[in-house]
Formats: sequence, C-alpha cells, structure tokens
Amino acid sequence: MATKTLNIIESAYRATLEEQDDTIVWISSALRGASAEVDVLLEGSAVNYAVRGQDATGLALGTWQQSQPPRLDHDIKNLMDKGAAVFFVADDAAERGIERTDMVDGVQPIARRDMAQLFSGYGRIWRW
Amino acid sequence: MTTYLLIGSQDPFEHSGVQKLYSLAADLAAAGNEVTLMLVENGVLAARRSTVSEALQDLSAKGVSVLADSFALRERGIEQARLQSGVQPAPIDHVIEHLEAGAVAFWN
Amino acid sequence: MNDSKKKTLTFAIMDAPFESARSTTAFRLMDAALRRGHDVRVFAYEGAVALTFDKQAAHPNAVHGRDAAEEDHPLPKDQVRALQALAKDKGCTMEWINCGLCVDERGVGEAIEGTKRGTPGDLWKWAESSDNTLIIPTRG
Repeated sequence: MATKTLNIIESAYRATLEEQDDTIVWISSALRGASAEVDVLLEGSAVNYAVRGQDATGLALGTWQQSQPPRLDHDIKNLMDKGAAVFFVADDAAERGIERTDMVDGVQPIARRDMAQLFSGYGRIWRW
Repeated sequence: MTTYLLIGSQDPFEHSGVQKLYSLAADLAAAGNEVTLMLVENGVLAARRSTVSEALQDLSAKGVSVLADSFALRERGIEQARLQSGVQPAPIDHVIEHLEAGAVAFWN
Repeated sequence: MNDSKKKTLTFAIMDAPFESARSTTAFRLMDAALRRGHDVRVFAYEGAVALTFDKQAAHPNAVHGRDAAEEDHPLPKDQVRALQALAKDKGCTMEWINCGLCVDERGVGEAIEGTKRGTPGDLWKWAESSDNTLIIPTRG
C-alpha cells in the first residue's frame, strides 16, 4: 500500500506568474494523477492560495500578453477534486486577516498546535 | 512513537519561520516522538550564544536533540566554546543516519 | 557494506546552480550517503535541472587575479560527475532524473551522461521503492 504523503507549501507566489501555477500545487496534482496518496498543507503566506477570487489577468509587457495567468484558487479546488485533502494553518490565515468565508469550499483548517497530530497520519512529510 | 528529523537551514535573524520550526519540534517531542533538529547552512547562526540561541537550549531541555552541521559551523567561524548549551556539533552524516533508520525527515 | 545495510535513498532538489548554498548541501548529503555505501537517486525539479547542464563553463576571475585554470571555478556538472564516480567506486548506483518539462522551459536539454528526463511520476515510483526520501526545498 502506498505511503501517505503530506506536501507542505509555505513559499507563496514564487514564480506563479512565470509558471502559470504554483509548482508544488502542480506537482501535487501530477502525483495525484499518478495515483499517489498525496495531501497538501498550506502554511505561512501560502494559505492565501485558498482565497477565492484571485485574478492575475492582465500582465502585459510591450507587445507580449499573458493569456493563461495562474488561477491558484481553481488549482486548489482541482486538487481537491482529484481526491487530495487540502489543509491550511488557521493561525496563519487569521494572522493575515483571511476569514474562513474568504476561502474556497473544502479546505480544512488546522491549528498550528495540532500540526504534530496531523503529521502522525502520514508516513512522509515533504516540505517543499 | 515516530522518529522525526527536522533540518533547519534558515537564518534565525531573518526568518520568522525559524521560531515556528522550533515550536513544531517541541510539539512533536511533547507528543512522545523522538525528535532531532539538525541545523545546516545559515541555520547554525542560532547555535552561537546570542539573543536567539536560548530557544535551542529550551528545545534541548524539552527532549529535542539539537545538532549543528560541523562544516557549517566551521565555515562561519563558530567555535565549539561559543555554542549555546544544548547544541552539539555533528557531521552531515547524521542526516544520512536518520534516513537509513527510516526517520520522517523534512527540511525547513 | 553488507547488502542488508545497503539502502536506497531518494533526494528531490530544486535550486538552480550558483544561487544558494542548498545545492552544495544536497551534494554533501549525496556524498555522505554514497560513502556509507547506499544507492542514491536524485530527482531534479525546477532550476535544479540546470545542475547537470553540460555547457556550464569555468571562467577566469580578474578580481581574484587568477586565470580560468588557477581559479578552478566549481561547476555543478563536474560535482555530479564526481559523485557518479564515487558511486562506481563504492559499488553503488547513482541515478539522476531531470524533470523534462523543467528542462524544456529552461533550454538545458544537453545534460551530462548518466542523467535522464522524467516526470513527477518517476519521483513517486522512486519514493515508493526507496528506503527513504528527502525533499530539499528552495528557500532562503
């Protein structure tokens, strides 16, 4: 049986305009596509990935225009649609003024003090 | 009980996440796990007695084994006599030893 | 090493060459693993795919007052080759997969021998068949 793996994402908006996604959300989704048992924990400013209504459209440089900007809230939702649980550190969200109602449906809050308990359910912790 | 290896590379004077890493190490130890914190790169800047180093002594007192990469210490001119109590210099092989033994290892 | 003690360790790395201490720390870990007789697998993701780019070139350093030979500037591709040689010497294997999409977008397809292109699925297969896996992230 595959070992359950928790991918932790903390770096936020690192090369998301450049890659048109977050590379760790992307690889988590790719791994899910390969039947991997991967869940995701959003920590630090990456909790903002679950905020609905993000709009990165309109980047234009000279004659170049970005046609496929990142859609991180959609990517989080798609990841959950593939069966991944997506957790976020509630303390980090509160610290940043993010309310539960700001976030896409389905993401699960976890108190920072309960992270150790969350980890106990996983054979691998991959902090990217 | 699970054996955890936490690898800390961030500069404690620049990154607030370092304190969160220390708290996580303490929480994992309090939950009955065997926990080692291995400081590498600029993470070892916390190991020299300073305004931030007592946190490592506290961690050690809570049962976390606190190690600092001896190469990174030497690279930064941090002598053993200046290390905060509770911090032990260790070769990078300690990381491999933990991986060999099947520790759940992650980097911060 | 007794085969029962021989392990297979997988590392995932992300940092581009010449930009952080992380690549060197990762290489030190691989070196230590090989010296202890273990098989090593490396999945290079994002900028780390350039670590094995074959067109890396050493340069002189006028500030140091040294020509290219004297400067002997470290090149990650040579360090990877040295790790491959160590693996051979120790009777271990060192496998290296570069994320193919990451290679293409960076144009660094000309990699040294002993490396392959792959996908995240390869990382997962390796993780499932290894004794342990360490993700080495890119961060400050």
